[in-house]
Amino acid sequence: MTVNPTPASATPEGGHLLELRDLHVEFRTNEGVARVINGVSYHLDAGETLAVLGESGSGKSVTAQAIMGILDTPPAFVRSGQILYRGQDLLTASEEQRRQVRGKEIAIIFQDALSALNPVFPVGWQIGETLRQRSGMSRGDARRRAVELMDLVKIPGAAKRIGDYPHQFSGGMRQRVMIAMALALDPKVLIADEPTTALDVTVQAQIMDLLADLRRDLDMAMILITHDLGVVAGVADRIAVMYAGRIVEHADVRSLYKAPAHPYTKGLLESIPRMDVRGQELSTIKGLPPNLMRIPSGCPFHPRCPYVQQVCVDVVPHDLVLGDGRTSACHFAQEVRDDSAR
Amino acid sequence: MTAPASSTKVRGETILSVDNLVKHFPISQGVLFQRQIGAVKAVDGVSFELRRGETLGVVGESGCGKSTLARLLMRLETPTSGRATLEGKDLFKASGSELRRLRRNMQMVMQDPYTSLNPRMTVGDIIGEPFEIHPDAAPKGSKARRVQELLDVVGLNPEHINRYPHQFSGGQRQRIGIARALALRPEVIVCDEPVSALDVSIQAQVINLLEQLQDEFGLSYIFIAHDLSVVRHIADRVAVMYLGRIVEIGTEDEIYERATHPYTQALLSAVPVPDPEVRDQRNMIRLVGDVPSPADPPSGCHFRTRCWKAQDICAKEDPQTVPRAADPHPSACHFAELRPTTPTV
Repeated sequence: MTVNPTPASATPEGGHLLELRDLHVEFRTNEGVARVINGVSYHLDAGETLAVLGESGSGKSVTAQAIMGILDTPPAFVRSGQILYRGQDLLTASEEQRRQVRGKEIAIIFQDALSALNPVFPVGWQIGETLRQRSGMSRGDARRRAVELMDLVKIPGAAKRIGDYPHQFSGGMRQRVMIAMALALDPKVLIADEPTTALDVTVQAQIMDLLADLRRDLDMAMILITHDLGVVAGVADRIAVMYAGRIVEHADVRSLYKAPAHPYTKGLLESIPRMDVRGQELSTIKGLPPNLMRIPSGCPFHPRCPYVQQVCVDVVPHDLVLGDGRTSACHFAQEVRDDSAR
Repeated sequence: MTAPASSTKVRGETILSVDNLVKHFPISQGVLFQRQIGAVKAVDGVSFELRRGETLGVVGESGCGKSTLARLLMRLETPTSGRATLEGKDLFKASGSELRRLRRNMQMVMQDPYTSLNPRMTVGDIIGEPFEIHPDAAPKGSKARRVQELLDVVGLNPEHINRYPHQFSGGQRQRIGIARALALRPEVIVCDEPVSALDVSIQAQVINLLEQLQDEFGLSYIFIAHDLSVVRHIADRVAVMYLGRIVEIGTEDEIYERATHPYTQALLSAVPVPDPEVRDQRNMIRLVGDVPSPADPPSGCHFRTRCWKAQDICAKEDPQTVPRAADPHPSACHFAELRPTTPTV
């Protein structure tokens, strides 16, 4: 698969803030080799928000772990590709260099705040840990800064709650604690891996608002990883849709929603039950996502695709650049988009 | 699979009736002499009726008591007080063979298809187990054939009868759970978050299957979910729960288009909408704070601590879930009114 520069925005001078080039990751297990990431390329510029959309097993979280350098090796191995942060390839950097980037430049928040926080230490101590370790702050300074950070993420009564343990917080508040920890070193890029999946809708809305406010106030770039298009539609500038370890479509939110140009995106959008339409039957994508140890030949989506032709079985589709600055990895991208626009 | 006898019964008549159901879980203190110091009011006076052939959606956030309600109806928990009748027979007074007969008529589909199937049993054993408890449901020797029929009905390959759960994907496992629930030809199926563990594309397949089975066998569903879009798609009537109570109940249209309770309105407005055009137009209500603990719910109206309409009366007087002037469906709010602009578009 060739690497096309993602055309949805022009390359700024001095290159992108973060850029992935043709990343390949595989998991070597006893049963065989699972090809989890198969040539992912995307980029992120300062201050922008990229949403990475995909279902379980599409490789969206593994990509994030590769950027952070927190893959479990073994079984996970980066086979090839580059992860460039300000032009520096993180994959060839020393562990000490990566440590400097991790947290300080690129930070991550995880889906499940309860299991990501240590149950036996107070939250203030956990937020302050990064500051003591990395910025060499004294205990008192770290504590004061932790209160500020908790205020920043709008935890009510921060000064009083700094000694509380994770179990004393609700799900939404725990996620706020996680965000405060991620922000401790003032990162330039924040990766949010399914930040609201474990939360109720009313709380989910609060957290998404908070993330959007923080991104604007602190001028961070953000990668939002999600399986729910509805959650990110309001905050993302661009969306990359992943399937079987590849980015199958890349577009801005509005055109993606209006006229998806990849059959997978189209099927995904049509299978979401909508609040405003009470339809008879939901349309579905037939079949199941592929086993990553036996990815189908040609286009990995071909066994489930309504547009399938012989060429799809034989040839891996390149990223087709569509007129309006979008890409779709489908041999019939133009046709699919015209169909969806109708 | 032949249609059950119930298909001749009148659609729309009440099949399950629940009256003032209460479940308080005691909180106790002390090691040797345990004394009760409080109670978690998981379900706190819930009443509703389920009609034959309809789907009643139950929505609410985590901790509102919707799963406890399901477990009470299945008699997996004993209620603190209240009554429920299935086809006129008291669910909570039945015991022995009568209870067994009642249970045959009401089955459950669980949320997590990964933990609700025994990993050491084959699919045939899992789906066939109900026949061992109720031998009269399948004539001797026909068990394997019945199981294969059921696999076929839920869209799985009948030849996979000897496989184990780990050989199936999440969506397929949920189909196995549905086949198990169908085995005894029940009339009521309680679905507790049946699709929330599934990916969107798979979720649609399972929802379609549930709808198709309902038409085929005249089933009544209690469909518990936190996803309001899914509930709107599948439900005929919807009950909205908050801290152990039903705050609003009505037809799908009444709840989604003409909600009068502030909590329902806020919940609907918080649902993420993928369409950017619609998203721009709508007007979101932002609730502050979290759901209070059900061990210590606020006095009067449970929702008043997060409500922008709250007045003194809300702290003093418990609003009843009764029809309101704004719209004639039951709503538990002293100040029930329609939202000026439709929140859901």
